[in-house]
Amino acid sequence: MHLAQLNVARMVAPLDSPVMADFVAGLERINRLAESWPGFVWRLKGGGPTGTTPDTEDERVLINLSVWESREALWSYTYRSEHLRFMRRRREWFEPLRQPHLVMWWLPEGVIPTVPEAMERLRRLREEGPGPEAFTFRDFYEPTGERRLERV
Amino acid sequence: MTADDLGVLGVLRDPVRRRLYEYVVAQGREVSRGEAAEAVGIQRTLAAFHLDRLVEAGLLEAGSRRLTGRTGPGSGRPAKVYRRAATEHQVSVPPRDYRTLALLLADVVATLEADRRAEDAARRAGETIGAAEPPGADLAAVLAARGYEPYPDEQGALRLRNCPFHLAAERQPTLVCAMNLALCEGLLKGLGRDGEVAAVLDPRPGECCVAFRPPPGDEPASKNKNH
Repeated sequence: MHLAQLNVARMVAPLDSPVMADFVAGLERINRLAESWPGFVWRLKGGGPTGTTPDTEDERVLINLSVWESREALWSYTYRSEHLRFMRRRREWFEPLRQPHLVMWWLPEGVIPTVPEAMERLRRLREEGPGPEAFTFRDFYEPTGERRLERV
Repeated sequence: MTADDLGVLGVLRDPVRRRLYEYVVAQGREVSRGEAAEAVGIQRTLAAFHLDRLVEAGLLEAGSRRLTGRTGPGSGRPAKVYRRAATEHQVSVPPRDYRTLALLLADVVATLEADRRAEDAARRAGETIGAAEPPGADLAAVLAARGYEPYPDEQGALRLRNCPFHLAAERQPTLVCAMNLALCEGLLKGLGRDGEVAAVLDPRPGECCVAFRPPPGDEPASKNKNH
């Protein structure tokens, strides 16, 4: 099984505004880094500027959808690569998060997730809380449906 | 602390065993019996005995690797190699549990989105730590004493093999790594070294997220690298 992740964030300003310039400038490199990271499988390349995928209902919301071989692969790219430095500046570029913005789920190898399906998983997480079909790094579920217990 | 952490750490009382453990840990990679024996200056069979005791106690992990790079018939048996086990052991007498508290507080700070306040506090703490050192104190020695396990890399930077805040950094990476960076920046200032060396966030899998380099600090998320 492979691990899919979706995250959404609403920009503080349109993508072409000066506030977002550093974000746009860094995007290509950070995406290349993801694609070369061990355990990377696939990512959504949208039709927006620099390959972004704006939400059809609100173009200030950027959709990030990708597939990884394991939790460890996704975790280490997110927090143990240059991506971490990029993420530290998230508050300059994105509005504060009032509800869960990231969701993960398992899918068979070779299957590519769709945006509507991914958004449905996020809705499920927001409304029903984490479970084997829609979970997070903190509340993580194994492909068997078992919850991964935290060490503390 | 589990009931037997004290027993596990007792395995390190033997001075030869402790030297072997420290040697394997300091390499940050798999170490063969022969290499460990040579480094510590003992017979290979004796080294093998002690290394296997360390594996039984859960302090090291053993694997096997073909050291020659050859495979197939005639390439010989794969050699046994050792690396540090990931499990943490903590002993406090009387029992104390700052870890659970730290994890809970990290969650609270993250929920409140109070990262900047936490970074300020960490920076001040770093300054205090640095200022308490004698003048001319060695940065690597100060970091080593705080459990960072510093080592120089190929590019002349000082990297840190161990994250002293590992569990908290796994739970709240953006918060804890930013705090750690601020603490290291404060430490440099406290030591009076902030003009010569810069602490930068340069995470790598399996290591601490901070490295020390000569300034100017190169911040790849800013414009100057994207021309």
